[in-house]
Amino acid sequence: MSIKQISVFVENTPGALYAMTGVLAQNKVDMRAFTLAETSDFGIARIIVDNVYAATTVLKDAGYVHSVAPVLGVAVPNEPGGLNRVLQALTDARVNVEYMYVFQGRQNSGNAYMIFRVADNAAAEGSLAARGIRVLEQEDIEKL
Amino acid sequence: MERYYQPEIETASREQIKAWQDERLVKQVRHVWENVPYYRKKMEEKGVSPEDIRSSDDLHKLPFLSKADLREAYPYGLVAVPLRDCVRIQSTSGTTGKRVVAFYTQHDLDLWEECCARAIVAAGGTNEDVCQVSYGYGLFTGGPGLNGGSHKVGCLTIPTSSGNTERQIMFIRDLSATILCCTPSYAAYIGETMKEMGLTPEQIPLKAGIFGAEAWSEEMRQDIQNTLGIKAYDIYGLTELSGPGVSFECSAQTGMHINEDHFIAEIIDPETGEVLPEGSQGELVFTSITKEAFPLIRYRTRDICTLTRAACPCGRTHVKMTKPQGRTDDMLIIRGVNVFPSQIETVLLNHGYPANYQIIVDRVKSTDTLDVQVEMTPEMFTDNLGEINRRQKELVDGLRSMLGLAAKVTLVAPKSIVRSEGKAVRVIDKRKI
Repeated sequence: MSIKQISVFVENTPGALYAMTGVLAQNKVDMRAFTLAETSDFGIARIIVDNVYAATTVLKDAGYVHSVAPVLGVAVPNEPGGLNRVLQALTDARVNVEYMYVFQGRQNSGNAYMIFRVADNAAAEGSLAARGIRVLEQEDIEKL
Repeated sequence: MERYYQPEIETASREQIKAWQDERLVKQVRHVWENVPYYRKKMEEKGVSPEDIRSSDDLHKLPFLSKADLREAYPYGLVAVPLRDCVRIQSTSGTTGKRVVAFYTQHDLDLWEECCARAIVAAGGTNEDVCQVSYGYGLFTGGPGLNGGSHKVGCLTIPTSSGNTERQIMFIRDLSATILCCTPSYAAYIGETMKEMGLTPEQIPLKAGIFGAEAWSEEMRQDIQNTLGIKAYDIYGLTELSGPGVSFECSAQTGMHINEDHFIAEIIDPETGEVLPEGSQGELVFTSITKEAFPLIRYRTRDICTLTRAACPCGRTHVKMTKPQGRTDDMLIIRGVNVFPSQIETVLLNHGYPANYQIIVDRVKSTDTLDVQVEMTPEMFTDNLGEINRRQKELVDGLRSMLGLAAKVTLVAPKSIVRSEGKAVRVIDKRKI
C-alpha cells in the first residue's frame, strides 16, 4: 500500500540542485512533493512523482545516484489535532518515524497529505487503518 | 605449467647471474669512463677509477646518479655512443620538472623489447594471443615498449594507444583481445565503462592485463580483476633505464622479478646513501649493465621498496622487488606525518569506496588540512542521511588509524573526479610553502 519515493544524491554547491531539477524539467517529470535533507557537503533530494519509472530512467541517464524507497502517504484530517492522531497511531504501533514532509495535493479536500518514512510500513498501515486514517496508493498520486 | 620467454636466462642459477653482472658491470664502467666526460668527472671527484671495479661487489664504491644529474647533462651529456649509432629517443612526461630524454641504439631497443616480452609471457601470453596496447604511443615508453614485446612474443598486436574508451572497448570485443596493457587507472576506467554497458566479466574476452607506470594497491588489483574477469599483472620500469620491463610480475603475483642480466638493483637508505641488507625497505637504485647509448650507474629511482631473493614458485631466479610503497617525492608530509597516496587508496577500497578519489592538501591558518574526495556510488547510496554519515565516519576513523592523522572525507557526485587515460592525478597540493 506504500508509495515510492525517489532519493537523489546532490552536491552541496551552487547550481547543483538546479542542474538536477533541470533534468526533470526537460523530461517533463511532474513533481508532487519535494524535500531536501542536507549536510555541509551534500544533500539528498527526496521526490514524489507520478511516473517513478520515467523519472528514475532520466536521472540514471544523466548520471545521478539515486534510490527508491517505499514510504507512507497519509491523508491527515485538516483540523486541529489531525497530525496528532496520525502520530498517536504510529506511537501505539511502536513505529519510529525517520522523517516526514508535506505533500501538496491539488484538490481542496478536507485533508492535508503527508509523507512518512517509517521503520515498519506494514505495522504503521495496520494501526492507521484501525483508526480510519487513509493511506495513499501509488495510483492515488496522480489524482491528488 | 609456467612458461618463460628466455628460460635459460630467467631461471639461471644465482652464480650464473652474478657472473653476468660481474663481467658486464666492469665493462660498463670502462665504457662510461672512456665515453662520458660527465661520468669520468663524477668518478674522479669520488676518487674511483675503472681499476677499482673488479666485480659487482665493488658497486658501492661508485657515485650515485640522480634526476638532477640527468637535468644538468640534458640533452646529450650522458650519451655514451656516437649519435650515428643512436636510433631512437623516448622521453618522460616532465611532470616533476624538466623532461628526461633517453637514447637507444638498435641493440638497446632489442633488449628492452625482450624484457617486455618476458613480462607478456609471464602473464600467460603466447603467439595465439591478441594483445591490445592501450598505453600512450609516442615519447612515452609504455606504448612502444609493450608494442615491441608483443611483437617479439608473436601476439597479434592492436596498437590503440590511450584514449577514446569506446573504441578501446569495441576492439577488445570485436577482435577478442585476450591481453590488455595500460595504466591501472585506465584499466579501472575501461572496466567501469564496460560494467555500465551491462557487460559481465564472462562476456569480456580478456584473460590477462599488464598494468604499470603508476602506483596501485593490492585492493585496486582485486577490483580490476573482478570487473574485467582477468588476472592483473604489475610491470615496472623507468624511461631513464629503458621503460617498462625493468621488472615484471609472474603467476605468483607476489612481487616483480627484476631482469638482473640487464640491471643491478640495490636498496639504500635515502638519507645516508648507505646500502641496506636484503629485506630492508629503502630507496631502489639501479645500474644498467647492458645499455649502450644511455647507461646509468647507480641511478636513484626515488621509489621506496624491498628486495627478496627467496625462491619463487614460478621458477624464476631473478630477485623480486615489492610494488613501490611510495616515492620519496610522492610522499606528502602533512602536519609532520609522512603520508603516501597508496595508503589512502587502501583504506578507501577496504571500506567499499571506488578507486576514483582525489587528495586535496591545503594549509589553513598555518595548519595542514587533508581532504579526501571520493565519489558516491549507487551501492553506497541510501535515502538515510544517518546511514551515510555513519559510513563516512567509519572511513574517517579508518584513515585516522592508517595515517595517524585526521582527514576530512567529502562525498562528491559520480564522475565528478576527472578520469585519466594515462597517469591519474591523485594529489592536489594547494599549500604555498
